[in-house]
Amino acid sequence: MLHHPAGWVIVLSFIVAFLLTSIPLPAWLETFHPDWLCLVLIYWCIALPQRVGMGTAWLLGLLQDVARGALLGQHALALVVVAYISLKLHRRLRLFPLWQQSLSVLALLLIEQILVSWVSGISGYPPRDLGYLAPALGGMLAWPWVFILLRDLRQRFRVA
Amino acid sequence: MTLLTPDNRRPLFAATVNSFRLVLFALLSIGMMVADHRYHQLEAVRNVLATFIYPMQYLIQTPVKARYWLTENLASRTILLTENAELRRKQLFLNAELQKLTSLEAENRRLRTLLESSVNHQGERFLIAELLQVDFDPYRHQILLNRGARHGVHAGQPLLDQQGIIGQISEANALTSRAILITDPNHALPVQIIRTGMRTLALGTGNFQALQLSHILNSDDVRVGDVVVTSGLDGRFPQGYPVATVTQVEFDPTRPFARISARPSAQLDRLREVLLLVTDPADGAAPKAGARIAGPP
Repeated sequence: MLHHPAGWVIVLSFIVAFLLTSIPLPAWLETFHPDWLCLVLIYWCIALPQRVGMGTAWLLGLLQDVARGALLGQHALALVVVAYISLKLHRRLRLFPLWQQSLSVLALLLIEQILVSWVSGISGYPPRDLGYLAPALGGMLAWPWVFILLRDLRQRFRVA
Repeated sequence: MTLLTPDNRRPLFAATVNSFRLVLFALLSIGMMVADHRYHQLEAVRNVLATFIYPMQYLIQTPVKARYWLTENLASRTILLTENAELRRKQLFLNAELQKLTSLEAENRRLRTLLESSVNHQGERFLIAELLQVDFDPYRHQILLNRGARHGVHAGQPLLDQQGIIGQISEANALTSRAILITDPNHALPVQIIRTGMRTLALGTGNFQALQLSHILNSDDVRVGDVVVTSGLDGRFPQGYPVATVTQVEFDPTRPFARISARPSAQLDRLREVLLLVTDPADGAAPKAGARIAGPP
């Protein structure tokens, strides 16, 4: 990734997203804590499908697993599936207006949450209520800002 | 459409999505999960990745630390003075208690030698560890500590705070370690009710405020307010440390066992520093009967 022009922008955006995802929030916000890493991953999959794809998603997922104390492979699986769908739909998603994109992102995030909690359920930690889906809503609200910010960065540094 | 491709030199449809790769990565992930969950085979991979993300986890602490620093340094003089007075009083009180305890301990030891009992109460050594504030999976009750294998931490080591048992180390990386709390749905702790001496297991419920005491018969004598301590039968947790207080007793004749809830003595959702009991690594390596940790320990 780094030997491409301005690849560091991508790496840096993932690092920042990783930090934001791991940082604990106050209790009332924690329920809606968006999965920033997944949002940034979706963005790069849509914008630069030839550079960021399932391999990146899988590696990020493994790091996420270790950081969150989950089973090794749990988030990796979810992120790979999200990356696959984003890659499949990237041409359509690019053309969507922002609000419609947010709805698609909501769907992607819901898929991610459901996959993660399935594995949790199988390994003995079934979710107690539907609260585990709330981060997807937070992610949907965060998407426009992520999109605009990353698009500007991509254009300014000519990441291609 | 050409406007939308970031780079015109590249063909628009270069990125063909390969479903084969999806299946490959999915199978790889599932394989890893099985290996991790069932056979605990991936400790090495986990340790390497944990070392890799340690700088980021450390960086996250900065805002949290800044907040603590600010509240501590901007505290007004009067607050500090009252706190000081309070601590002084507590110190006095504890010292008085300690005097009594020393003589009791001596007496206890004498009586035990008279009875030729094999139980020996030696002074336990502790290591202080600080919590790293990171966002964990909400279903699992886990904490991340700033001490790792480098500081002599190993899996199975019991954790306490000033009020009672907190949990045990489930995984020691080089610089950090992960611990599972006693309220984790997959944790069980052998305990004893002080008043009656009855032994039972304290099972985690996934709720920071509640433990469930298992296999207590409807005819057994358990009351609200009973203090529950570790029984030490697992050979891992030291004997006699407070675990919980019984808050709810429900005898239902239609069920084989009573439903007993207890509230943990330690405030598990408000931890900042914990005490690690220094034990022999050989002890914790093999889980003994009673101390079951399912899931990735």
